[in-house]
Amino acid sequence: MLDDFLIRAALAAVGTALAASVLGCFVVWRRMAYFGDATAHAAILGVAVALALNISVFAGVALVALVVALLIHRLSDRAQGTDTILGVLAHGSLALGLVAVTLIPAARIDLEAYLFGDVLTVSRLDLAIIWGGAGVVLAVLWVHWSALLTATLSPDLATASGIDPRRENLILILLLAGVVAVAIKVVGALLITALLVIPAAGARRIVASPEGMALLAGTLGVTAALGGVALSLQLDTPTGPSIVVAALVLFALSAVGGKLWAIGGSAP
Amino acid sequence: MTLLQGQGIGVVRNGTTILQDVGLRIAAGEIVTIVGPNGSGKSTLLRVLIGALQPDRGTVTRQPGLRLGYVPQKLSIDATLPLTARRFLDLPDRVPEAAARAALDAAGVADVARRQMADLSGGQFQRVLLARAILRRPDLLILDEATQGLDQPGAARFYRQIEAVRRDLNCAVLMVSHELHVVMAASDRVICLNGHICCEGTPEVVSAAPAYRELFGTGTGGALALYRHDHGQGHSHDHGHDHGHHHQHHHAHHAKTQDHA
Repeated sequence: MLDDFLIRAALAAVGTALAASVLGCFVVWRRMAYFGDATAHAAILGVAVALALNISVFAGVALVALVVALLIHRLSDRAQGTDTILGVLAHGSLALGLVAVTLIPAARIDLEAYLFGDVLTVSRLDLAIIWGGAGVVLAVLWVHWSALLTATLSPDLATASGIDPRRENLILILLLAGVVAVAIKVVGALLITALLVIPAAGARRIVASPEGMALLAGTLGVTAALGGVALSLQLDTPTGPSIVVAALVLFALSAVGGKLWAIGGSAP
Repeated sequence: MTLLQGQGIGVVRNGTTILQDVGLRIAAGEIVTIVGPNGSGKSTLLRVLIGALQPDRGTVTRQPGLRLGYVPQKLSIDATLPLTARRFLDLPDRVPEAAARAALDAAGVADVARRQMADLSGGQFQRVLLARAILRRPDLLILDEATQGLDQPGAARFYRQIEAVRRDLNCAVLMVSHELHVVMAASDRVICLNGHICCEGTPEVVSAAPAYRELFGTGTGGALALYRHDHGQGHSHDHGHDHGHHHQHHHAHHAKTQDHA
């Protein structure tokens, strides 16, 4: 069954979307969208490093994404202009990556595949890595759910409850780097943030609890992944952007649906 | 029995000394209030005591196994985070339904369990924070400006609730405030902080202390008397006639009453 590239593509997209959209709830709650963007853009630099060192692209991306994320984390802890630092690092690392990739003599790589994803070329090994990574992300989220949520609400409240908020921050950063690595082949560096933010944002209007939001975001993410793969087959469009477009459509439907629900609820 | 002790606490941030040589100890069951003007380091001191901030100097010792209940000054829940009051009580660990209901009841918000935190009024929100803090039956309840954003009657009700909670749980209470009006009278001990400890003692001693008067002036005593009166603790008025400043408070109290009439 896994011989079919379409099945592999669909599975890779589903695994990525699931991990990204559940983690994306924390990205939304903590207002880390721009932070996610900066980390994701660093992925291109990771691709260059992987090609230069001749290691797995997943490993290179995860490594560089982690280093950049930690760097931002440290810098934004100290200085006031977090927004500015994020802007510098997000686009700086993207540009640096784009330049570095073209400087690697050995490989004339298809840059577009890493910018926008190329899920139709995912191999069995890629698939195993994607689902392995997604599984680890979801498992860590499951185990740390309550601590992460408490630290998200208030670091001081967490400390008073015996939770180290800095540790939970670090865990989130690790998970973010992991998701970036998992998603690079599926949606590409430029659209990873979309997969983090859009399903979570779409779920928000409908749910009443954090767990409900994570579940619905995951469902929307998976639906968008399958819908996007189908869309790209039908229209012969690039798969990564198609997945994001599908997520966007679901977001719009939930926004309109939420409004109608509110109007219907208040009508006599 | 000492629950919590801080010794020689010093905090310096960006070259500014925020706390200098602050020492305090909280004994089981007592209510201690830290008062001080804005920027006097009150919240910083509390953050050091709960372990959220590492002091540059000095030490904090806790009784082993001390259970801490903490009500933060302000908790801004992002609008994107759906959270009912009931679910909030389950952070970080799930609590039995009966215990959650009892805590909400004790905090005076029995009916908000299913409401979203974002939809609660300021007073209800603080009470849910209080409910969460008392859920785990703390030995020491720490409140940081817990009545911020409440009007004066609301604040007075909130402090009465805390007194009730203290009676039920028999826990110590450490609170911080810049509102002297209602807080001090409920305390066993008041610590006046302005970067360092200016003076400390019973509310009567502190409100008469020159260091305290220098910081706050004398205009707040009337409300203090008002609060005492609210509680039917008329004896403070008896004391008042013995001392010049309390006498003055007494008049302030009457003036206030007439204003309302």
